Amino acid sequence: MDTFSALGQGFLVALAPAKLLYALIGVFLGTAVGVLPGIGPALTVALLLPVTFKLDPTGSLIMFAGIYYGGMYGGSTTSILINTPGESASMITALEGNRMAKAGRGGPALATAAIGSFVAGTIATIGLAFFAPWLVDLAIQFGPADYFALMVLAFVTVSATFGDSPLRGLTSLFVGLLLGLIGIDRLTGQARLTFGVPELLDGIEVTTLAVGLFAVGEALYVASRRHHDPEEIEPVRGSLWMTKEDWSRSWKPWLRGTFLGFPIGALPAGGAEIPTFLSYTIERRLSKHPEEFGKGAIEGVAGPEAANNASAAGTLMPLLTLGLPTSATAAIMLAGFQQYGLNPGPLLFAERPDLVWGLIASLFVANIMLVILNLPLVGLWVRLLAIPQPWLYAGILVFAAMGTIAAKASVVELSMLAIFGALGFLMRRFDYPIAPMVVGLILGPMAETQLRRALSISLGDPIALVESPIAAGLLAMAALALLAPFFMAGLDRFKAAED
Amino acid sequence: MAEARSGRPVDRAAIVIGLSLLIVAAITVWDAHRLTMTSTYGMGPEAMPYIIAGGLAVLAVGHLVFAFRNSLPAREEADPRAVLWIALGLVALIAGIGFGAGFIPAMALLFAATARAFGRTAIVTDLVIGVVLAFVVYLMFTKLLTLSLPEGPLERLL
Repeated sequence: MDTFSALGQGFLVALAPAKLLYALIGVFLGTAVGVLPGIGPALTVALLLPVTFKLDPTGSLIMFAGIYYGGMYGGSTTSILINTPGESASMITALEGNRMAKAGRGGPALATAAIGSFVAGTIATIGLAFFAPWLVDLAIQFGPADYFALMVLAFVTVSATFGDSPLRGLTSLFVGLLLGLIGIDRLTGQARLTFGVPELLDGIEVTTLAVGLFAVGEALYVASRRHHDPEEIEPVRGSLWMTKEDWSRSWKPWLRGTFLGFPIGALPAGGAEIPTFLSYTIERRLSKHPEEFGKGAIEGVAGPEAANNASAAGTLMPLLTLGLPTSATAAIMLAGFQQYGLNPGPLLFAERPDLVWGLIASLFVANIMLVILNLPLVGLWVRLLAIPQPWLYAGILVFAAMGTIAAKASVVELSMLAIFGALGFLMRRFDYPIAPMVVGLILGPMAETQLRRALSISLGDPIALVESPIAAGLLAMAALALLAPFFMAGLDRFKAAED
Repeated sequence: MAEARSGRPVDRAAIVIGLSLLIVAAITVWDAHRLTMTSTYGMGPEAMPYIIAGGLAVLAVGHLVFAFRNSLPAREEADPRAVLWIALGLVALIAGIGFGAGFIPAMALLFAATARAFGRTAIVTDLVIGVVLAFVVYLMFTKLLTLSLPEGPLERLL
C-alpha cells in the first residue's frame, strides 16, 4: 500500500543518525519543560524558533514534534508528584495521580502514565499515518471559500465553545486577529495599524507574542502570588513496577483514552482538555472500584494520560494536512514551518514527502525514546523540580529575552515583549484564555487572504462563500458552535432559578 | 455561576476592559479609514479591519453588560512589589540593549531583578549567576549557532 511505502521512506529519513539526534534533543527538552511548572511545549518551541532558523528544516521540525510529545509525558510527572500541572491537559492526572503519590503509590502512577502515553501515542500516530493521506485527498478539493470556512470554525471552537466563558475567549481571539492586521497588507502593499513605526511594517512576530504572553506573563503572575500556595514535592515511594492488578486495571483505560483523544484532537475543536476530562468521567463510571476515585484510582491516571497523548497526535492531523493549528503548540509549530518557507497542507505531502513522512515516522521514534527516558530517569526529572523558584523563573525570563533578541535585537521588539508580558499577566489575573490570541495572530492573516481570494474569484459576490457545500456545512457548524455555549449557559441559569 | 443580583457593586475591571476594547476598535476604524488604495471588486484591505473592529465593539458592549450582571472570577491578592521588580528588570534589559551595554550585562540585570521579585535578597550572588549564565548562552549562540547577539564593550573582548 501507498501509506506503507511512504512510511517506510519516512523511517529511512527519521532513523538517520543526525535526525535521531534531533529527536533525542527534542524529547529531552520536551520532557524537561513539561516537568518544570510554568513552561509548556508551546513556549519552548516558540523560544527555539529563532534559534533554529539556520538549522536543517526536517531536523528542526522533528525536534519540535519531540518537544510536543515530550511535554505531554513530562507534564504527568509534575502533576503526579507536586499536584501543580505543568500544562493544562494534565490537570485531571493531578486529581488521582497526586493522591496515589501521597498514598505511597507514586511509582505505579508514573508507570501507568508513561506506558499509557506510549500505547496511546503509538496507536494515535498509526492513526495519523493512515488517515492523513485520506484527509489530504479531501483537502485537495478545498477552494478558498472552504478554507475560510474551516478557519472560521477553528476560531470559534478554539475560543468560544470549550472555554469557561465565550465572552473572554472571543475577546482574546479578536485581539489576536487585530494584532494579525498590523503590518503591510500583502495584496496592496499598504501599511495597516503601524502608526509610522518602521519596525511594525513586518507585522508582529509570533515568537514575540507567544513568549511575552506565556513566559513573561507567567513569571509576572507567579511572582505576584507567590505567597499563596507553597508547593510540596511528593517523593517517589514504592516500586516503579506495576503489579499484575495495576496492569489489568490500566490497559482498558489506555485504549479508551486513545480512542477519545485522537479523534477529538483531530477535530478543529482541538485541545487536550476535553478528551482527558471525558476519559476521566468515563473511567469513573466504568470502574469496578468507584469508591477509590478521588483517593487515588489508577484508572483515573491511565485513561486521561492516554487521551492526553493521543490528542497530541490528533492535533498534528489538521496541522499537517490542512495547515490548520488547533492548539497553541500547533499554532507555533505552524510558525516553525513558515519560517522555512514551508506551508503544511496537501501540497507539502506532494512536494516534500520526505519531510512529512520523516516527521510522522519520527513520532514513533520519539515515543519509544520517551518511554525509555521517562521511567528509569524519573529521579533526574524530579530533581528538576528542586530548582529554587527565583532562579527557575529568572532563567526562563533570560531565555525568553534571548529568543526575542536573537530574532530581532531592537528596543521596539523588546518593548513589545514587555507589553505582551503585561497583557499575559492581566489575562491570567482575569482568567482570559491565551491560546485563542496566538491562534488569531497566526490564522487571522491566512483567513483574510482566503476570504479575499474567494471574493475576488467571485467578483465580490458574497454568495460564493456558501456556494460550496463544504463551506456552507463548516460555517453552519461554526454558527452552531458559537451559539451552543450561550444556549447552554441559558439552560444553566434556568436550572439554577428552578432550584 | 454567580447569579445576577440587584444592588450589587459593578465590576470595575470589566468596565475598564470594555472601554479599552471600544477605544481599540475606534483606533482600528480610524486607521482603516485612511487606506486609500482599495480593490475594485472583492474585498479591499480596509474590510477586515472594519469586521474586526465591529467584533471588538460587540465584545466591548458584552463586557459592559456583563459588568452590571456578573463579575469576573475572584482575583487573589497580588504582590505589587514583585510585579514592579520584574518590570524594572525588563526596563533594565531594554535600556541595556538600547544604549549598547551589550547582551551579558542586560541579561544579568534581568536575571537578578527577577530573582529579587521571587523573594531572593542576595542581589550580588544573583548578578554573578546572571553574568555566568548570560556568558555561557552568549558563547553557545554566537560560536555554535552563529547567531548574532547585541555586543557591548564586554562582548567585544571575547
